[in-house]
Amino acid sequence: MSQQTLAYVLLAAQTMLGLALALCAYRLVRGPRAQDRVTALDALYMNGLLSIVLLGIRTGTELYFEAALVIALTGFVSTSAVAKFLMRGEVIE
Amino acid sequence: MTLAPDLPPVAALVVGLLAVVASAVALTGTIGLMRLRTFYDRVHAPTLSTSLGLATMCAASIVAFSVLGSRPVVHEVLLFFFVTLTLPVSMMLLARAALFRDRAEAYDKSMAADALAAAQKEAAALAAAQEEAAALAALEGPSLEEDAAYGRE
Repeated sequence: MSQQTLAYVLLAAQTMLGLALALCAYRLVRGPRAQDRVTALDALYMNGLLSIVLLGIRTGTELYFEAALVIALTGFVSTSAVAKFLMRGEVIE
Repeated sequence: MTLAPDLPPVAALVVGLLAVVASAVALTGTIGLMRLRTFYDRVHAPTLSTSLGLATMCAASIVAFSVLGSRPVVHEVLLFFFVTLTLPVSMMLLARAALFRDRAEAYDKSMAADALAAAQKEAAALAAAQEEAAALAALEGPSLEEDAAYGRE
């Protein structure tokens, strides 16, 4: 498999992830309740994380791994905070 | 736009395959998020991209960087372990919050329906009592005031 073919294959993978991000944004706008929007936001974090790891593979630098780690951390914290807020009405009791 | 790492053919095949599988799984999970009907179905769909998609993409990254650096480079495993430990926790918390909200709403609605039924019953009883009083008044003779006025005239 030549490098050009690999470039196109990785571009196709990146496009699929971009489409997944757009669909998540649709659910974020449409979701009838708040919990739907939080699920869509969480899926956005995950798809964005996959996209950044794929970008790291494509460029060959190990720099993007740290960005992915930061997204994972803040995504988890924000989803937990909103879930706690929906349950109790406040985040820190 | 068309970047790619400089890998030997076998490694390139493996990396390309794993990356495409990861993206396809992520897209499938997101299509499920878009299309499923209730919230409790929808909350399961992104977990596909979280578990299978992340594992495959981290494997692709490990293979690519190990071959590029010609030494094992496995720090992506840290990412996979962290997400696997934390994301199900937040998802379960969210599902529980949604269940609590649905139950609270159903309770409020049933209380409101009970209150409405009770108020309607009271109004009907009041109307019936008023009708009875009017019927009684029409039935009996002159009232006390009319009696007293008759004596004075």
